[in-house]
Amino acid sequence: MAEHVTEPEDKQREAAPAGGVGIPDQGARFSRDGETEAEPRRPREAIFQLEKVVVSYGPKPAVRDVTFDVGRNEITALIGPSGCGKSTLIRCLNRMNDLIPGARVEGRVLYHGEDLYAPNVDAVEVRKRIGMVFQKPNPFPKSIYDNIAFGPRVLGRKQNLDETVERALTQAALWDEVKDRLKTNAFGMSGGQQQRLCIARCLAVNPDVILMDEPCSALDPISTGKIEDLMMELKREYSIVIVTHNMQQAARVSDKTAFFTVELASDDDHRTGRVVEFDDTEKIFTNPADSRTEAYVTGKVG
Amino acid sequence: MSAHGGAIGKAPASQRAKDTGFRLTMLACLGLSVGLLALLLYDVVKDGASHLTMDFLTSFGSISADKAGAEAAIWGTIWIMVVCAAFIVPVGVATAIYLEEYADHSRWWNRLIEVNIQNLASVPSIVYGILGLAFLVRGPLSLGPVVLAGGLCLGLLVLPVVIIASREAIRAVPPSIREGSLALGATQWQTIRRQVLPASIPGIATGVILALSRAIGETAPLIVIGAATVIAFNPEGLDSRFTALPIQIFDWISRASNDVNNYKPLAAAAILFLMILLLLMNSVAIWLRNRYEQKW
Repeated sequence: MAEHVTEPEDKQREAAPAGGVGIPDQGARFSRDGETEAEPRRPREAIFQLEKVVVSYGPKPAVRDVTFDVGRNEITALIGPSGCGKSTLIRCLNRMNDLIPGARVEGRVLYHGEDLYAPNVDAVEVRKRIGMVFQKPNPFPKSIYDNIAFGPRVLGRKQNLDETVERALTQAALWDEVKDRLKTNAFGMSGGQQQRLCIARCLAVNPDVILMDEPCSALDPISTGKIEDLMMELKREYSIVIVTHNMQQAARVSDKTAFFTVELASDDDHRTGRVVEFDDTEKIFTNPADSRTEAYVTGKVG
Repeated sequence: MSAHGGAIGKAPASQRAKDTGFRLTMLACLGLSVGLLALLLYDVVKDGASHLTMDFLTSFGSISADKAGAEAAIWGTIWIMVVCAAFIVPVGVATAIYLEEYADHSRWWNRLIEVNIQNLASVPSIVYGILGLAFLVRGPLSLGPVVLAGGLCLGLLVLPVVIIASREAIRAVPPSIREGSLALGATQWQTIRRQVLPASIPGIATGVILALSRAIGETAPLIVIGAATVIAFNPEGLDSRFTALPIQIFDWISRASNDVNNYKPLAAAAILFLMILLLLMNSVAIWLRNRYEQKW
């Protein structure tokens, strides 16, 4: 593994932007209620750079032509119709696709400039730095405390566990709700709490990036709102990639948006997803360059 | 009367008659099996209950029926069950973990192993007895007809049951738990050791107990490997000769009985004891399952 990956994450975050690609910040963002706020311009640093990525689960590609990058302290949304390969793609970014027999990744997935799929890169090391939150909350059948402590324990970071757990739960805006029942089983929490627990569990190992695969699809609107607020909070410290079916959600929280479409092969109904457009979220939703993007975001096609 | 408009009323008489007929037939089948079982139990209790005393449990075999007891057989059974458990738990669980978590099912040899394990579960126990005799007692291992050989032989017999039960318990742990663990940077072994195994232990334990309760009643393989029938000592180690409850029962039943020396009630008492033991083991299995079963 290259040097920078083995450094402690905190140092890494403070270090000068090594893999920066120098795209200027747009200076204006959507906030939750639609107003814009000014931010100082600084060079944009890419955490991930994807170049012509193709993912296949067999002979034919599930998603192809994926080229975009993910900037530090940004929320990048992947949107598009069902079956367009958003989830397939996000699972490449922490090598979760390795678990699926026959899955193959071509093209380049660079993480801080380093090829994630280089032969000397260990998937376990990758996943220590790139956390993931899944579609359906998947707490472990253990106490709330043990859920959070699991990550630090398996990574051998056993000092100050209590502090780590409290910090992670506080960051996930869950501490006040659960501090009196840390020893109770996580299965007793509500769905929204379980999902925030999963986010806290991910934060406890101090990742660099958080991947979220439709984190709110199983949740009610109130829980969804809480998770979105949380994401806005978390992007100060982390970079986030989120797959979402909910376009309003992408518009509300994300800085950049990649729009995927799905193409149906004429001969055998094989579906292949591809990225049509990647740009600032504001532009995607107000003035998209591609007519397919426009049709999708205005609700003309599902 | 139109199909939807009128009163709902009853189904046609012929349909109702069929329905009732089926119900009665099934009830009769149930009655027959439960009834026969009850009769058997009654017979055993009637003959054996009065002989199931502390004296019976703490005496060795004897030529005289009223002095004979089952102590050597009880201790023999305990010894071989311990050996059997010590063998099947690690081997069975490890096999199940390999087949569920590591094996690539697109490889023909893994599928061959799976099919064969299913088949081995239905091989007659006497075949395992012959295997035990040829492989454990004589042949390569030459252990002799001792506790270790008896326990291992029964272990081989019930190993497929343990593997199948453990695989089911492991498979019941949802993939999302493995993903959640791996996504935190845990290795595959850490994921198995700290998430999958703890969550499947109740199912595995239930399978092991049910396998042991099958092994405890096995007679044929033990006879084939040459377990003793009448011995006047308890096993003292893995290399001791032994007898076991089913063999003791078989011996007492097959002896010529007369009014002076009636061994039949002794057999009944030993059967009762064995059944109580089985009932206890199965209760523990059910309790374990209900108490610790994980609802996903």
